[in-house]
Amino acid sequence: MQDREETHEAWSAARTAEIVVEHRGTEGPLLPILQAIQRRFGCVPESAVPVIAEALNLSRAEVHGVVTFYHDFKSAPPGRRVLKLCRAEACQAAGGEALAARAEASLGVASGGTTADRRVTLEPVYCLGLCATAPSAMLDGRVVGRLDQERLDTLITEARR
Amino acid sequence: MRVFVPRDAGALAVGADEVVAALRDAAKQRDIAIEIVRNGSRGLYWLEPMVELSAPEGRIAFGPVTRGEVAGLLDAMLTNGPHPLRLGRAEDIPWLERQTRLTFARCGVVDPISLDDYRAHGGSVGLQRALSLGPQATVEEIVQSGLRGRGGAGFPTGTKWRTVAQTQAPRKYIVCNADEGDSGTFADRMIMEGDPFALIEGMTIAGIAVGATKGYVYIRSEYPHAIAAMNAALTVARRGGLIGDKVAGSSYAFDIEVRAGAGAYVCGEETSLLESLEGKRGLVRAKPPLPAHRGLFGRPTVINNVLSLASIPAILERGAAFYREFGMGRSRGTMPIQLAGNVRHGGLFETAFGVTLGELVDDIGGGTLTGSPVRAVQVGGPLGAYFPPALFDTPFDYEAFAARGGLIGHGGIVVFDDRIDMAKQARFAFAFCALESCGKCTPCRIGSTRGVEVVDRIIADRDRAQNLTLLEDLCNTMKFGSLCALGGFTPYPVLSALAHFPEDFGAAPKGAASTRLQAAE
Repeated sequence: MQDREETHEAWSAARTAEIVVEHRGTEGPLLPILQAIQRRFGCVPESAVPVIAEALNLSRAEVHGVVTFYHDFKSAPPGRRVLKLCRAEACQAAGGEALAARAEASLGVASGGTTADRRVTLEPVYCLGLCATAPSAMLDGRVVGRLDQERLDTLITEARR
Repeated sequence: MRVFVPRDAGALAVGADEVVAALRDAAKQRDIAIEIVRNGSRGLYWLEPMVELSAPEGRIAFGPVTRGEVAGLLDAMLTNGPHPLRLGRAEDIPWLERQTRLTFARCGVVDPISLDDYRAHGGSVGLQRALSLGPQATVEEIVQSGLRGRGGAGFPTGTKWRTVAQTQAPRKYIVCNADEGDSGTFADRMIMEGDPFALIEGMTIAGIAVGATKGYVYIRSEYPHAIAAMNAALTVARRGGLIGDKVAGSSYAFDIEVRAGAGAYVCGEETSLLESLEGKRGLVRAKPPLPAHRGLFGRPTVINNVLSLASIPAILERGAAFYREFGMGRSRGTMPIQLAGNVRHGGLFETAFGVTLGELVDDIGGGTLTGSPVRAVQVGGPLGAYFPPALFDTPFDYEAFAARGGLIGHGGIVVFDDRIDMAKQARFAFAFCALESCGKCTPCRIGSTRGVEVVDRIIADRDRAQNLTLLEDLCNTMKFGSLCALGGFTPYPVLSALAHFPEDFGAAPKGAASTRLQAAE
C-alpha cells in the first residue's frame, strides 16, 4: 500500500536468484517469485526468465508463458507514478469514461502509456471494488473515489510533481 | 473518548485517513484523549467517511464527514450534542435497520484485528459448535442450511464439502476465492477488511469438516488493502490460537496463507484460480475431474467464495434451521447485495432472497445519483444481463433471474441512467471478454473478438439482418461451446442489451435474436 513513488533497483541476476531461493520452500512458488521480482525491479525483464526457469526446473517457455499471461507483469519499469483509472461498468455508469478521456488528454498519453518525461504511467484497471463511490482511481497504492473533473485534475497534478 | 473511523478501502477512497488525521489534531489542540478504532465499513457508502462516537446510548453516527468539518464535529461529540451530520444511533439508521445481517453482522461494528472484540460479538461460537459436532455432522449442517455458492454459480456448498470429505487423500485443501473481479461487487473486500476473522473461522471450520489442514486465500492484486488486512488478521489469529497446530485448543491443525493474484479476471473461475495458485497460466480446466476430487496440486479441494465461507460461522452459531428460514424457493438464507454505479444510496444491503429488483434499485438504492431516470441495471457483474425497469418485479433469487435470461452472480447491481448507450455496453462486454479470455477454448478466444466486429457492423447499420442472425449464432456458440462462464455468459449482457434496448442498435429491430429472447421471457 505504498502511497508514494516506488524506487526500483536495476535488474541483477544474482538478486533474482536470491529471490527465487527465498521462495523455494513454498507451494506453487512462481507467482510469488514474479511478484517479488516486480516489486524490486519494477518489472519482470526478459533476462530474468532463464534464471527463474533454471532454478525451478521449468522450461523458459513455461516461465515466459506465465509472465505474459498476467496483466500485472510488465517487461519494462513503469513511470515514477502509476495512475490507474477504473474503466469497468460501475465506473462507466458514473461518468468514468469521460474522466479517462480527460486524463489521456491532460497527460498526453493513451491509456497504458507513460509520459515522455517518465513521470506518470496511465493504466486502465477493471474494478477496484469501490463501486459505490464511483468513479474511482488508484495512484500507486492510494485509492481515490467520487472522482470528478476537479478531483482528477488534482490527482494528475500530484502524479506529475 | 472512543471514536470509530473505517479503514475500509471505500472509506479511505473518500478521505477517511484525512478525517483521522484531522481528528487527532483537533483532539490534541483541545487536550483531549481520543481513541480511534479503525473499523470496517457498515456499507452505507454515501455516508462515508462515517464517524461513530461511543456514547452511553450506543454508537452515534455522523457522516459523510469531511476534513474541514472535523473540528466542529469534535466539539459536538464532546457534549454529545446536535450536529448537522448527526445520524443518530448507527443501527437505527433505516437503511441499516431494515437489513438482515447474518454474514455481515460484525462488519463495521468490530475492530477487525481484535480477536477479543470478535469473540465479544459472537465470533468463534460457530467453530466451537463444529468442534463439538464433529466433521460429519458439521458437513450435514451446511447441507441442511441450503447455502449455495455466493460466488455466482450457486452450487450447494454442503455438497461440495461432502464430496471432499468422502474423498480419501493424504492432503486436502481449502481454497477461498477472493478474486472478486465483477464490477459492482465489493462484499468480499468489505468482509476481508471489516471482519476477516469470520472468513478465517469459516475456512477453519471447512478444514475440520473435510479433513484439510491447509487453506489459501487467493486475493486479487487490485485489493492491496484487503491483502494487508487479511495478513494482519492471520497473524493475530495464529497468535490467539484460532488457527495453527491446535485449532482453538483442539487436536485439529489448520493454517491459512494469503496469495495475491496478478490481474487476470478469468482467475475468478475456480479451476483457473487453482492453476494460478499452482504457479501456472490461469487456463481453465475441463471438468471433470471436479476440484473436489482433484483440485489444487491434484488433491481434493474445497473452493468457495469469500461470502460462502464467511457465512459458515453464523450458520453453525445459529443453526441450519435458522438460516434456511430466510429466503425463497431454492435460494435460502441471506444475500449481501451490492448497489453500485450511478445510484444515490450505494452500498451493501444484506437481506433474505426474494426482495424485488425494483425495491432494491428505487426504494433502497434511491434511484440514480444524477437524479435522471434509471434506464438499465446490470446484475451479476460483466457477465450478467442488463434489465430495464420493466423487469423490476423480478425477485432476487437464482431461479427467478435465470427464468428471465439473467443471473444474480455475486450480487452486484450496477445502476445506469438514461445517458447510457446500450450498444456500447454490448460491445464492451465482448471487448472485455476478448481482453480477459484465457485462450483455451475457441468460442471464447475468437468469438469475443468477432463479437466486437459484429456489434460494430450492427451499430453502423451494415447488413443489419444478416449481422443480427450472425450475432445470435455467435452467442449460441459461445454460450454452449465455451469451457467456462467467461465465454459462456458474455452473451447475457449482449443479448439482453439488444432485446430490451433495440433502439440503441440503430434501426428498429427485426432480428431473430431480439424476438427469440423476448419470447423466452
